[in-house]
Amino acid sequence: MLELAIKGGKKYYGWMTFLLLIVGVGFLHYLWQLDFGLGITGLSRDTSWGFYIANFTFLVGVAAGGVMVVLPHYLHDYKAFGRVTILGEFLAIASVIMCITFILVDLGQPMRIFNVFIYFSPRSVLFWDTLVLNGYLFLNIIIGWNVLEAERNQVHYQPWLKPLIYLSIPWAVSIHTVTAYLYCGLPGRGFWMTAILAPRFLASAFAAGPALLILCCLIIRRVSSFDPGREQIQALAKIVAYAICINVFFFLCEVFVAFYSQIPEHMDHIKYLFIGLHGHGAYVPWMWTSMALMLLGIILTVNPITRQNEGVLAVACVVIFLGTWIDKGLGMIAGGFTPTPLHEVNEYIPSVPEILIALGVWAMGLLILTALFKIAVGVKEELHE
Amino acid sequence: MDSCRRRVLQLLGLSSLALTATPVLNAFAKEAEHAEEPKPVIKPNKKALTAKQWAMVIDTRKFESVDDVEPLVEACDTIHNVPHLNNKNHEIKWIWETHYHNAFPGKAGRFLSEEVEHRPFIVLCNHCENPPCVRACPTKATWKRESDGIVLMDFHRCIGCRFCMAACPFGARSFNYRDPRPFIKETNKKFPTRMKGVVEKCNFCAERLAVGQPPACVEVSEGKLAFGDLYDPESEVRELIRTHYTIRRKQVLGTEPSVYYIV
Amino acid sequence: MKDKKFIISGVIIFLIIAAFPFWYNRGKAAPAPELELTPTAKAAKECVRSTEYMKAEHMKLLDVWRDSVVRRGDRTYVSPSGKEYNMSLSNTCLDCHSNKAEFCDRCHNYASVRPYCWDCHIDNPKENS
Repeated sequence: MLELAIKGGKKYYGWMTFLLLIVGVGFLHYLWQLDFGLGITGLSRDTSWGFYIANFTFLVGVAAGGVMVVLPHYLHDYKAFGRVTILGEFLAIASVIMCITFILVDLGQPMRIFNVFIYFSPRSVLFWDTLVLNGYLFLNIIIGWNVLEAERNQVHYQPWLKPLIYLSIPWAVSIHTVTAYLYCGLPGRGFWMTAILAPRFLASAFAAGPALLILCCLIIRRVSSFDPGREQIQALAKIVAYAICINVFFFLCEVFVAFYSQIPEHMDHIKYLFIGLHGHGAYVPWMWTSMALMLLGIILTVNPITRQNEGVLAVACVVIFLGTWIDKGLGMIAGGFTPTPLHEVNEYIPSVPEILIALGVWAMGLLILTALFKIAVGVKEELHE
Repeated sequence: MDSCRRRVLQLLGLSSLALTATPVLNAFAKEAEHAEEPKPVIKPNKKALTAKQWAMVIDTRKFESVDDVEPLVEACDTIHNVPHLNNKNHEIKWIWETHYHNAFPGKAGRFLSEEVEHRPFIVLCNHCENPPCVRACPTKATWKRESDGIVLMDFHRCIGCRFCMAACPFGARSFNYRDPRPFIKETNKKFPTRMKGVVEKCNFCAERLAVGQPPACVEVSEGKLAFGDLYDPESEVRELIRTHYTIRRKQVLGTEPSVYYIV
Repeated sequence: MKDKKFIISGVIIFLIIAAFPFWYNRGKAAPAPELELTPTAKAAKECVRSTEYMKAEHMKLLDVWRDSVVRRGDRTYVSPSGKEYNMSLSNTCLDCHSNKAEFCDRCHNYASVRPYCWDCHIDNPKENS
């Protein structure tokens, strides 16, 4: 089936070349980072995780979001999603690869990565995160590839895939829960130390993932003869609507808990993000924009008139994707580290090389996503001829 | 087709036998060779200091100004090749001086005396008994040594993920964002430097304890710092804790820091 | 096969290119590295272990030393001959073999081995900074 990825028109190759160029730029900067050290980023002694980990956290959510097409179809027999489960699985593959790459790019000694397996430490959440992420990647590759191949040959997929598919559903929830557990078990970080972090991660995941999937479906309909289906897109849009409402609600719960209790340890991080602290307020415009975007997303997806207009829905998806990216990405990371455990503020701003490397990873992910979707769409188009 | 598959399996069997024959024979040969030689023995240094849990008591009342703190920081930085970087973001500090409100956020009261407001407080890794950083490390590059309770760094194993830095509630850890060697004022040849990409922090002078010497900061502190075994009821630290009111940083988190402050 | 000519010539060209290191360097084999011992090393006559053992296993020995010192805090090594040594690369090994460039580097360069020990461990403990 791989040959479907290399047969394409000018626009396809143009897009892939464009992405390759961005990957190239990012890669060259990564070589610089390998040589000089992580000092080329904006990271500091006080904020030791930044843009790379922010993108990683967000993308784990997008990967988990793929389960939102698999679950209704396989667990609840929602037949309509049958056309698009492969898109969800392939999106998960591309996202998890991006996640793993962001981690590798963030390491100070990446060549020692196998130490995690040689000296495995079951008490470290990072160890479990490595396991579940890689496991989810393999699950989706095996399931996606075999189901698609069976579809291409017009036979039913092999029965041994069924238990794997059922496994992938709680596994998707687990990847994001484990990633949340990276943060919410750390005693020194009051902003993250909340039981609602894992549910919040899942909520924003189920908003961002399907939102991206809707956008991909609309694009696929535009550039190929395969139509994912209006009903499918609308079903996804309803999932996004509920998820983004729950995400914003969870956030408002956090705000209430912090500000009604008036505990400084909890208030300070939210204050830093939304009104600034000790004279530092670089994140303030970003956070309010994120809130506005998510609110706009709620209005547009909850209201059936705007949701059913696919042009407006596309805008809503972009807006929700961006809003959750800011909120769950750098907003969450920087907010957790600032103020420091010694109650100092040392603001973190990602540096240009850091952003370029991150863009390179995103471009690599989009490259993989495009190739995989090309294969999936290629198969669907073949069947309809 | 059957004979073809059989051939393949036979070939596989023969090749695995051939591949494993040499190492197995070598292993037996080695055993026979070294059977006569006595085995080398590894043991601790005769003068090594031991404890169940090393702890430190800092008498903050004896610190009046930054001049009292400087020799301690200087001693640690010098013998451990701690670099001095210009960029504050990349700074490495094992022991340093800070304000009461920063050392004890949420605990420092209001309307304090002038003297306490301006008193320098030194902070360092607390070598907790229940360390969250050790739980966080995916490779056990930072671990709590069972023999003496010191939370150590194994720079050979650290992958630079900085999870321990996120986990530490005391901000005690630093990361080498670049090669530290150009920024070391005077290299102590007896102690290694670190490389870029690994995390480091105070090690309670494990290398000095191993040869019978107290930590450098304790030695130059002229009595302001006390060091000893927390679980030895006769030790100096236990005496001080018994007779003075001491506080520890962020005690409520349950990490059981081993650094006590007499205020 | 109608492409016989191309295939065979292609294989031959590949073989020529793949065997380039061999036929290009025939008769010019690089000699085995010569190691220089410092006067201190010569006077000591024997290393921590026998020369045979060190040649084959010094990497493993250093690994054992590393784990023992860093992870267990045990710093004394009693060799099979009964002599006691402090387990330290810079302070014991390089104390005697203080000529890294003429000793350690000779073999490492020959075998194209780049141990990262020197990123941290001081490689010239006797030299004044």
